[in-house]
Amino acid sequence: MSYLFHTDEDRREMLESIGAESIDEIINDQVPEAVRMKRPLDLPPACNELALTAEMTRLAARNASADSHVCFLGGGAYDHFIPAVVDEIASRGEYYTSYTPYQAEVSQGNLQVMFEYETLVTQLTGLGVSNASLYDGGSAATEAVLMALSMQRGRNKVITTDVVHPQYRDILVAYLKNIDAELVVVPSDENGHSNPMIDAIDDQTACVLIQHPNFVGQLESVAEIAAAAKEAGALTIQVFDPVSLGRLKRPGDMGVDIAIAEGQSLGNPLAYGGPYLGIMACRDELVRRLPGRIAGQTTDRRGKRCWVLTLQTREQHIRREKATSNICSNQTLLALRATVHLALLGPEGLKETADHCIAKTAYAKQVIAKSERFEVVGEGPSLKEFVVRDLGADVAGLLAHARDQGLLAGIDMTPMCVGGSEASETAVALPSRYEQCFLVAVTEKRSRVEIDRWANVLCEAPSMATV
Amino acid sequence: MRNQQSTQLLFELSRAGRRAHRLGDLDVPSVNVDDLFATEALAETPPPLPELAEGDVVRHFVCLSTLNMSVDTHFYPLGSCTMKYNPKRNERIASLPGFLNVHPLQHESGLQGLLELLYELQGMFAEISGLPGVSMQPAAGAHGELAALLVAAAYFREQGSERNVVLTADSAHGTNPASAQMAGFKTKTVKSNANGLVDLEDLKAKLDDKTAVFMLTNPNTLGLFDSQIEEINQLVHDAGALIYLDGANMNAILGITRPGDFGADLMHYNPHKTFSGPHGGGGPGAGPICVRDFLAKYLPGPIVTRVENEEATSDDDRYTYHLTSPSGDSIGRVRSFFGNTGVLVRAYIYLRTYGGDGLRHVSEDAVLGANYLLSKVKHFLDVPHGNRCMHEFVASASRLKKEKHLSAMDIAKRILDYGFHAPTVYFPLVVDEAVMVEPTETESKQTLDAFVEALFRITEEGEELIHDAPHSTRISRPDDVTAARRPVLKWTDAAGESTT
Repeated sequence: MSYLFHTDEDRREMLESIGAESIDEIINDQVPEAVRMKRPLDLPPACNELALTAEMTRLAARNASADSHVCFLGGGAYDHFIPAVVDEIASRGEYYTSYTPYQAEVSQGNLQVMFEYETLVTQLTGLGVSNASLYDGGSAATEAVLMALSMQRGRNKVITTDVVHPQYRDILVAYLKNIDAELVVVPSDENGHSNPMIDAIDDQTACVLIQHPNFVGQLESVAEIAAAAKEAGALTIQVFDPVSLGRLKRPGDMGVDIAIAEGQSLGNPLAYGGPYLGIMACRDELVRRLPGRIAGQTTDRRGKRCWVLTLQTREQHIRREKATSNICSNQTLLALRATVHLALLGPEGLKETADHCIAKTAYAKQVIAKSERFEVVGEGPSLKEFVVRDLGADVAGLLAHARDQGLLAGIDMTPMCVGGSEASETAVALPSRYEQCFLVAVTEKRSRVEIDRWANVLCEAPSMATV
Repeated sequence: MRNQQSTQLLFELSRAGRRAHRLGDLDVPSVNVDDLFATEALAETPPPLPELAEGDVVRHFVCLSTLNMSVDTHFYPLGSCTMKYNPKRNERIASLPGFLNVHPLQHESGLQGLLELLYELQGMFAEISGLPGVSMQPAAGAHGELAALLVAAAYFREQGSERNVVLTADSAHGTNPASAQMAGFKTKTVKSNANGLVDLEDLKAKLDDKTAVFMLTNPNTLGLFDSQIEEINQLVHDAGALIYLDGANMNAILGITRPGDFGADLMHYNPHKTFSGPHGGGGPGAGPICVRDFLAKYLPGPIVTRVENEEATSDDDRYTYHLTSPSGDSIGRVRSFFGNTGVLVRAYIYLRTYGGDGLRHVSEDAVLGANYLLSKVKHFLDVPHGNRCMHEFVASASRLKKEKHLSAMDIAKRILDYGFHAPTVYFPLVVDEAVMVEPTETESKQTLDAFVEALFRITEEGEELIHDAPHSTRISRPDDVTAARRPVLKWTDAAGESTT
C-alpha cells in the first residue's frame, strides 16, 4: 500500500477512539447496502515503483517526441527553448504541491508570483489588467467572447474569421450553442487576411475575434479592424502569440480591448496539448468582468506590503449562479513557469527570440521554395509560421516519409478544411484553398542544419502525382 | 533572517542592461526585420519587461517559494479540496521526453505509447465510475461540469425537450450553479434537511417537466453519504431528468460504491484531488467526465479508440490506437488539443501503483482518518451533522464565537502558527462558522494527533493572542477590503513608492 501510513496498531487505536469495530462498520453505516460494490474494482494489479518505471519508460519510448524527432510543428503549440532555470524553479515542491492561496499569510510566494505574472502580462500586451491565468488559449478565447457578450447587453453577434485557430472556433461553437448569441464566421480573402470581416460588423455586433499572426501565419490589420469595431460599438478580442511581441506592436497599442494567448510558448513543455496556460488581459474598465483569479497588492495589519486574491466577488464561490464565469482552478504552476521564463528573457531576450524565429522562418521559406514541388502560400512576412502547398498533392504521404526520416515536418491542413463535428462543420473549417497544404513552424531552436535537412527530405520525397 | 531583497518584486530588482538568457549568433542569414515587416506592424521597442541576471531570478523565486505552505512541507487538513501526498515518481515519469515533449498535432503513428496509456486510463475511469462513456478533454473540475451540462443540453435538444432548469443543492460547490448558468440553464437551489442531506420534500417540490439535471455531490460537502440516494435516484429519473455527480469527493468511495451504480448519469473527476495530481498553487488540474452509454455520442473529443491488429507479432503491435474525432452529435470541443495530458499521465501512474484493491484501501484510510479526527474534535468543537462521516467533516465555531468572540477565521489564522495549514472555513454555507476538515489517507496518526492538540490548545488560548494571529508568518491579516476597493493589480513605479 504505497502511500498509506497506518500500522495495524494505529488502525486499532483509531477505531477504538471512534468507537467502531472496523472501517467497514463506518462505511456500511453511511453507504446503503443496495449501492455498495459487491466485487473489487477491475483494474490492473498494484505495481511497484521499479516495475512501473520500467513499463512507463517503455511506453514513453514508443512516442515520437521533439527530442527524438526534429519538430517543425506549430498550430498553437511550439517547440521553443526552455532555460534550465524554469524547470528547476517549477519543480520545487513548495510551488507544485501548494494549494490555491486562500490563506494569504502562508501563500505569499505564490501570490507574489501571480502579481508579478499579471504585471508582466500587462507589460507584454499594453493593456491595463490581467488575470492570473485560464486553462488554455482556446478556452480563454471563448471566455473573452463571453465576457464581451456580458458587457454588451442587447448585442448578441460574435464575428470571427476562418483563419482563427479552428479548434478555438470549435470551442466557441460548443459554448455559444445554448446561450443567446450568434456566431458569424466571415471568410478571409485569398491571402488569408481577415479584412472582409470589417463589412460584417453592425450595430448588433458585441465583439470581433481575430488572431494576429493568424492560424495561417499571416499578419492582420489589427488597428484597422479594431477601429471599425469601435466605431460600431463592438469590442475587439485578439489572440496573440507572446513571442511575437518581441517585435510586433502590442494589442493594447492597436486599440484591442481584450487580448488572449496560449501561454505554452513561455517556458511550458508541449506535453501533448496540456496542461497549457490561458493568458488574458483587458482594458482597465473591464476588470470587474474579468474571469479567473486575480492577485492584488495590499498591506497587512502591521502595514507591510503584501498580496492577496482579490475582486473575488465576481467568482463562483461567492456569486454562484451570478458569477462572471465558472473558472475555479487555474494554471498557477504554468503561470509561474511563464513568469520565470519572461524574467530570464527580459525585453532584449524576447526581441532576440522573435528575431531568430523571423530569420530562421525566412530561411526555411526560401529553401523550400527552391523546389518545384512546393509553393509558399500567402504573400506577407512570417514570424515563425507559414503554409506550404504540395503541388504533388500528397501531403499525407510526404509527411509520413519525413517522419520515417526523423522529422515532424509540418501539420497536414487538408483534414482541417472539412471541419470538425457535423454541427459545427462550416464554423470551424479552414478555407478550402489550404487543401494539400501543410503548416510549418520554425522556432529559434531549429538550426540551419536541421532546416536544410527538412528541406532536403521533403524535396526528395516520392510523390504520388507528377508535378 | 530575511532581507528585503528576497521579497522585492522582479521589477524593483531590475537594472537596465542586465540579461540572463542569450541565444547568440544566428546560423542562418540575418534579415532586416524593419524592411521585412510593414512599419505599422512593428513596435518601436520591445515590451518594458524587467531586466535581470540569472542569479537574480534564481534567488528571487527560490526565496519566494519558502513563503508558501505546501503538502511537501506541511499538513493541509483542508476540507472539500483533497490535499494528499503527491508521489515523486509521478513527476519523474511524466517528465520523460516521450510524454513531456510530444506535440499535440503530430500524427498518431508516433503516439502509440501515449495513446495506449490514455486508452487504458479511459477504461479505468469508466470502471471506477460505473459509467462507460469517457472524455478526458476538460481542463478542470468546473470545466468538466460545464462540458457535462453541455452534453445534457445536447441530449435534451435532440429529444425535442424544453427542459432548461438545473437543480443544485445549497451545500454544493459554487461552481455547480455557475456552470449551469454558463451552459444556458436556469438554476434552482434544493435545500438541505436538518441532517445535512438533500431535503426530499424540497426536491419533490422543485422537480418538474422543466428540470433537466439535478447536480448532486455525494458524499456531500459535509462529508456525508446521502443515505436517501436510492429515493433521490427514483424521484429524479421518474421526473425525466438526469443526475449529475460532482466528483470532488470521489476519494471517499473508490471501490466502495460507484456513481453509475447509485444513479448518476454524468460526472466529473478531479484527478488533482482523487488521484494525487499536485495542485500547483491552484492548478493545473483536469476534469475528465464519464457518462451513461446513451449520452456518450454527445461527449467532447477527441477520444482514444483501439483496433486489434490480427497480424501482430509482439505485444507492442497487438493493438493500434487511434484518436477519434467526435461524431456529428458531439458538442464539439471544450478545449484546444487533447486535454491536460500531463495531469492524466500522473493519474494513470497513481492508479497503476495502487491497483483495484489498493484503491479501496485509500478510501478506507481516508474515511478512518476523518472519523478519527471527528472523534477527537467533537470533544471541544460542535459538529452539527453526524457522529460519523466519510472523508471529511464540518465542525462549527459558533459556540466559541458567542462565548469568546472567536470566529472560524480566527482559528484558521492561529493554526498557521502551529505549523499547519488551515482547514476550509465558511464553507459549506449551510453550517454557521464552518470549519471543514479533511485529513486524507496520507497523514500519520501522529500528525493527526498533533493537529488535534493544536486545535484544542487554540480553543483554550486568550482572545487577544488569537485575534492578532498569525504571529509567526512574514505577514499577518492582510487588508482584503482595501485590496478590493482600490485594486492594485500590477506593479507601477507609483504603486511601489506609495507602499514600501
